[in-house]
Amino acid sequence: MDLHRRDFFKVLGATGITLAVGKDLQAAPKGKSEVEFHGVLYDAARCKGCRGCEYDCADANNLPVPIPTKDIKGLRKPDDKHRTVVNEYKTSKGIVYAKMQCMHCNEPACGAACLTQAMTKTQEGAVIWRGDKCMGCRYCMVSCPFDIPKFEYHSPNPKIEKCTMCFETRVQKGELPACVENCPNEALMFGTRRELITEARRRIYEKPDLYYNQIYGEHEAGGTCWLYLSPVPFKEIGLNTSIQTASYPALTKGFLYTVPSVFVLVPALLLGIQQATKKDNPENESNDE
Amino acid sequence: MNSGHIISADNDGKPIWKFLLREIKPKGKWLTPFNIISIPIILLGILLIAIRFWKGIGAITNLSQEIPWGLWIGFDVVTGVAFAGGAYVITFMVYILNMKKYHSIIRVTVLNGFLAYLFYAGALLLDLGRPWNVINPIIGNNFGVSSVLFLVAWHFLLYMIAQLIEFSPAIAEWLGARRARKILSGMTLAAVIFGITLSMLHQSGLGALYLMAKEKIHPLWYSEFIPILFFVSSIFAGLSMVIFEGSISHKVFSDQISDKNHKAQQGIIHGLAKICTGAMFAYFFLQVLVFVHGKHWDLLNTPMGHWYLVEMIGFVLIPMGLYFYSYRTNSVFLIRLASILTMVGVVLNRLNVTIIGFKWDMPIRYVPSWMEFVVTLTVLFTEIWIFRWVINRMPVLRESHKWIHEENKTTKTSLKQDHLRA
Repeated sequence: MDLHRRDFFKVLGATGITLAVGKDLQAAPKGKSEVEFHGVLYDAARCKGCRGCEYDCADANNLPVPIPTKDIKGLRKPDDKHRTVVNEYKTSKGIVYAKMQCMHCNEPACGAACLTQAMTKTQEGAVIWRGDKCMGCRYCMVSCPFDIPKFEYHSPNPKIEKCTMCFETRVQKGELPACVENCPNEALMFGTRRELITEARRRIYEKPDLYYNQIYGEHEAGGTCWLYLSPVPFKEIGLNTSIQTASYPALTKGFLYTVPSVFVLVPALLLGIQQATKKDNPENESNDE
Repeated sequence: MNSGHIISADNDGKPIWKFLLREIKPKGKWLTPFNIISIPIILLGILLIAIRFWKGIGAITNLSQEIPWGLWIGFDVVTGVAFAGGAYVITFMVYILNMKKYHSIIRVTVLNGFLAYLFYAGALLLDLGRPWNVINPIIGNNFGVSSVLFLVAWHFLLYMIAQLIEFSPAIAEWLGARRARKILSGMTLAAVIFGITLSMLHQSGLGALYLMAKEKIHPLWYSEFIPILFFVSSIFAGLSMVIFEGSISHKVFSDQISDKNHKAQQGIIHGLAKICTGAMFAYFFLQVLVFVHGKHWDLLNTPMGHWYLVEMIGFVLIPMGLYFYSYRTNSVFLIRLASILTMVGVVLNRLNVTIIGFKWDMPIRYVPSWMEFVVTLTVLFTEIWIFRWVINRMPVLRESHKWIHEENKTTKTSLKQDHLRA
């Protein structure tokens, strides 16, 4: 191609202007920067371990009724039939209960892992799963630092089960999540993340002897929408304290960023090498192409 | 494109379907040892796969909520793809570096790579809980572009197409389609360049899949450098596979291989051993750097640390030395031994990242069920069946038909221009 210097700059300028103007003209998504996630503050100092939230959760999400308390042996984890469980821990301050469910990370690893966007973070804060998109690869389970997504291994049409913060069934209609609405001890509080952190700080400030001076979920995994207050260090109530404070999707960013450059540079390099190593005289080449 | 018309017209006027029907029938003896072992296993495997789709994945696997990926991903996909890396290395050497010496093994290596991707990526479908949604990331209604798996899935698909194009001249020769062959061989260089780029990215991508499982993988195997380590090890994993597969093919299919290529084989193995030594040295050096950088000296004297040393010394350092020694002393036997040790090492490494080191501190460990092994063997044996079928029919190991050489002589200049344009 015959491209003169002057023409080249003309094209370059035109492209630059288009890019610059184009950006301004595009309708920016309104309020996207002002999104405030909603979440739940769980106060282990207030929880009496009645497990009412387990029953309410099962009821609201059409899951089997949880087993009675007298049949419980040892610590439980959420599974494909239970989106939340409350465990009893013997701690340095006596018996403390802790509820476990999806933490609804600000930047969820499961969402970054999902290649079909079946696992997705809503504007309101909940991380939800969409069955019509999911192909059941279980990469979300590999990636989730809290081990939350659960898979129905004994079904020909398996679903991923996890807490959705009752997003589609209740929160979207302006109701509270089932567990929050029915908690008799006000151990659960729904609100924007900012409000919840303020409230948690206020509780710690007012009763410094009662609380361990930290909010679990404020920084863990880059911040989560579920926040925990506890009378004892979080390790004692079964929370994973080896979680990094940076977000998990950030771990793959470096790799993903190199992909476009490799895609542009390597073929050019390969073609260059191919041309350079090619013999000038085609008569010498063997003909077994 | 009316390629069907081209094929039938060029195939000496015979109807193409009659030819295909004749070719599909098995050739040769039935009761070979391989058939006697593989047929019952394949039948059992098909039965197990039927149960898996009827009752769910949990019916035949030992996977759990803690261990979502087991043997089918850790071995079939992650390890299998590493072994298929020979195709991109050999095409790089032949088409990009113009090393004519390795030309005689290019078709068999590409065929091997293509079938490996076809079957190991196919094994992925067995592991998907909702495989009917597998087209979602392809057709574009749900692009999870921030996902490493999205990248890997797309690259698998594109690379399989690239490999099919690289191999397609052999298919065209088999069908006697002269014009189609000419067009397809003109596309080879483009497919090769594209294929090498894709391979670099998804070989490392398979490692990058595990980057988010930071606390779940034993620190001796987890580092930010998993992608680079996976890429570098795929070079010698693939080449060791080429050496190993070549030594078997030259025995099993010896009637197909010309004397000239039989003699050339030793030189090829020799050259590949040299490359393996270099690649393994780079890999070992990288591993040492990663280890020192990770400051995990205290972990060395634990059971997992000993296991790590077994992998690094027994199956990286020793085969590397063996490769070096054997190409200096020109011993084909030792090169083959080194290739087997290297392959064991690559299997160990991939399984250590994906299964053995994954949640290594859990009280109950994942051990694959016998049914998972049977399904894995089914995939492997079916692949070998198809491989054998193709080798016995298409000009892969044997020389091309005479008309190819005649045509090449007359059209060499135009073909070359095709290459340049591509």
